[in-house]
Amino acid sequence: MKKFAFMLFLLSTAGNGFAQNCESILLGQVVDFHDNTPLEGATILITGTPLTTITKSDGKFRFEGICDGVLELEIFHPDCKSQFITITMKGDTFKKVSLEHHLEELQEVKVVGDLVKKETNSASEQTLNLNTIERFSGKSIGDALREIAGVSSLNTGSNIVKPSIHGLNGSRVLILNDGVRMQDMEWGEEHAPNMDINGSGSISVIKGAAALQYGGDAIGGVIVVSPQKIIKKDSLFGKSLLNAMTNGRGGNISSELSKTYESGWFANGQASFKRLGDREAPDYVLSNTGVKEIGIKLNVGKQLFDWGWKANYSFFDAELAILRASHIGNVDDLIRSINGGQPEVIDPFTYDIDAPRQEVTHHIASLNVYKRFQGLGKWNVQYDFQNNRRFEYDIRVGDDRNTAAIDLELTTHTFATDFKWDASSKRTLTMGLLARFQNNFANPATGVRRLIPDYEKFDFGGFLIADFYLNENFTLDAGVRYDFNRVDAQKFYLESRWVERGYETEFESLIVDDLGTQLLTNPKFDYHNFSGTVGFQYEPNNSSNFRLNYALAQRAPNPSELFSDGLHHSAARIELGDLRISSETSHKVSLSQSKDFDSWGYSVEPYVNFISDFILLEPTGVEFTIRGAFPVWTYRQTDTRLIGVDFTAYTEFHTNWKTNHSFSLVKGKDISKDQALIQIPPVSFGNTLTYMKPEWNGFEIRLESRYAFRQNEFPPNITIFSPGLQEEVLLEINTPPEAYHLLNLDAQMAFSVFGNGKLTTSVSAENLLNTNYRNYLNRQRYFADDLGRNISLQLKLNY
Amino acid sequence: MKNYKNTMQKSILVLFVLISSSLFVGCSDDDDPPAPVNEEEVITTMNVTLTAAGATAITLQSQDLDGDGPNAPTISVSGDLTASTTYAGTIELLNETESPAEDITEEVEAEADEHQFIFGPSGSIASIAYTDEDGNGNPVGINFTLTTGDAGTGSLQITLRHEPTKPNDGTLAGAGGETDIAQTFNLTVVQ
Repeated sequence: MKKFAFMLFLLSTAGNGFAQNCESILLGQVVDFHDNTPLEGATILITGTPLTTITKSDGKFRFEGICDGVLELEIFHPDCKSQFITITMKGDTFKKVSLEHHLEELQEVKVVGDLVKKETNSASEQTLNLNTIERFSGKSIGDALREIAGVSSLNTGSNIVKPSIHGLNGSRVLILNDGVRMQDMEWGEEHAPNMDINGSGSISVIKGAAALQYGGDAIGGVIVVSPQKIIKKDSLFGKSLLNAMTNGRGGNISSELSKTYESGWFANGQASFKRLGDREAPDYVLSNTGVKEIGIKLNVGKQLFDWGWKANYSFFDAELAILRASHIGNVDDLIRSINGGQPEVIDPFTYDIDAPRQEVTHHIASLNVYKRFQGLGKWNVQYDFQNNRRFEYDIRVGDDRNTAAIDLELTTHTFATDFKWDASSKRTLTMGLLARFQNNFANPATGVRRLIPDYEKFDFGGFLIADFYLNENFTLDAGVRYDFNRVDAQKFYLESRWVERGYETEFESLIVDDLGTQLLTNPKFDYHNFSGTVGFQYEPNNSSNFRLNYALAQRAPNPSELFSDGLHHSAARIELGDLRISSETSHKVSLSQSKDFDSWGYSVEPYVNFISDFILLEPTGVEFTIRGAFPVWTYRQTDTRLIGVDFTAYTEFHTNWKTNHSFSLVKGKDISKDQALIQIPPVSFGNTLTYMKPEWNGFEIRLESRYAFRQNEFPPNITIFSPGLQEEVLLEINTPPEAYHLLNLDAQMAFSVFGNGKLTTSVSAENLLNTNYRNYLNRQRYFADDLGRNISLQLKLNY
Repeated sequence: MKNYKNTMQKSILVLFVLISSSLFVGCSDDDDPPAPVNEEEVITTMNVTLTAAGATAITLQSQDLDGDGPNAPTISVSGDLTASTTYAGTIELLNETESPAEDITEEVEAEADEHQFIFGPSGSIASIAYTDEDGNGNPVGINFTLTTGDAGTGSLQITLRHEPTKPNDGTLAGAGGETDIAQTFNLTVVQ
């Protein structure tokens, strides 16, 4: 199955070589590139002639009576792409030719119906294809990922959507954007991934830490966003997508253009723009929820079989309005909002993006070079640079009205290299190393005490992964990884906070300067993290697949878990980190079984994840200030257990009809406290019915039902003293909202236009019945209902 | 086979050379201490002065010198009020984290149409009346009058709302907006 064709031609001619000598003999042998085993059954064709032959069991072939001169050969093998080579017959000629075949490309052929190769062999993994990505072209990446069973999201309104895998989000979910690990302050609950969904070719989710090549700290999982594959032929093609939607009264446009050459050169560019005004709940306008986004991607490179390079630059800028009513002054305001049932501020619809709002700009530049060594493997080197600038504007008075309350600039340099020994068809071995330097600058010009301090961070990592292809049906994989992290921060503490945290004896040596009410400290912490994975895949036949994986992962605390200290204005809560927080360790076992029958199929993926020293942020009480009392959210470590199952199924009971079903359940428990874990997604159940009639211009209509159960397991609420009411009140800050059911409908058709072009139109309606609902994993659930009905029109033009 | 091993060793060597050279590049150190931030908008102190002819002036103070820090505000009342008396009241807001202390009252006055003090009297504090106006003729509450009832105990809740609905009915629910200050003073009224 895994034949990596490499062809060696032994060319010989009989007699003396003079022009128009048509008695030469062409001899050749087709062999595997890696292990030199002869390839049988390859077809060799001399173009422009009827001459053709097939290689024998020794891989050899022979043509007789060939004229001297230039010839073109086409070589075709069932496992490989057709190849053309030009040779010059001139007397005694010997020629050695390398052909372009990848291990990756061959695996694509192997996985029937799955265009994207898997990132791991044994972990639970699912991929969103281009069709789904295009369907979500007007949304965020987090919205699209919810299509995958077991993936939910932690939202702040509808603009900020953080993906959550098997109940875990933030720093535990690693996002790989075209080979670059996103470094964009993923720690904050109201920080969305800074990337545009447009311009990606596929998005894979590995549910767990098994993809060690990307990092050892992905306790939740890894999201791998890949660009579309480069086809090596002379071609110019492009695509434009236009979305218009009623809810938000706006839309987006995205265009991309690619130019590829037979010689391996390629260049492509993509740009998108999105603009929406205030969104609307069924009963009212969600004031200040507009968005403006710009995304640009540029790629250029040369990809040959034995070497290649690629340079990439991407830019993303987002201005996100945050629901006006979610900006509250103190705990009494919060009580009012929770009990009020309706937002405190409802203004007429506008496109304006006012405070509170965020403005984030992200640049990525990367350079990747690879070289393949014959009979050995492939070497990859990559450098990437990232710059992330984040402004958070709060509602402020006086001269500071237009000054950001948070102004952070995060700069990251990463150097990574790996070598993959794939010469043997029985096993592959990958070894890699990584070095990263990161600098965070918190601008003091905000006039607000820094929530996140200035810091420098150094990471070094190394990994070794092995895959063993034991036989046709059985694959084993295993890997180990070590990561060293050092964080060196310069942090100001209020003297009263330093004492309240109990740092004065334990961390006295960190104090650099005493400024009266504030202390300047220099915390320097080192973390040593080990991760590992082992698992197997068993495929008894083409229609069934069984995977079992164990993954050990360790994650060092992020800067917000260590250093957060102070009032987070946009959240109206005091967030307190702890310098004592250590790395968390996860042990996850996941099992995945899938089976396809004639007219239906299913997959079931149960898992259990034990995390010791799990770091969580939860409401713990209130602190009193002159403005009243503020809820205090404190980081704490505990031992937890997450158990869940994802179930998906499909039926194709009729040529024109199909159904899809998915069910996800996860239960999170704080073992030390014997209580439910905070922010665990409720049980969700989705069903889709599709009618397809290809002869009517590819007509397709889908009706989707999504039912979210109420989360019945949540940590206890807190009792606080309300200065407004002058009494103790129960703050229902953890109580989840009721269950809800949403219906979505969409229809599409495709038409041929301007010769080669194709126009696809689709109309869709989300929340068709305009249902009022609130989502447990939306941080704005205290203040307003979620989105009402949205009707959108999409035009897609491929050219 | 020998060739295979050599190439492998070479590639590992190159790998290590590259990674270790990048370590040196990455480790530039700049240890300039960052500038401290002294918050400008913090209101640490509210002084309420109550004066009446023939009665001792009374000062109510709420002071929280660590701002949003863990320490709760200290509340003090300088003395008892006299029954059945109308006091003229003034509110002063200060940021005492700066030296000299910054007068925040001026900022509130400048943006009077976006601010309002809401008063919640109870017990022996009979009533409060606004004696000032913003540019639109709506009350602000920096100046007010307080009238005491019979001797006994009472309380006065003072809330400063930012961007309230104006005009409003003088209640917290009617005013809406965000709370900049919320304090309650427990008072004693004597004959």
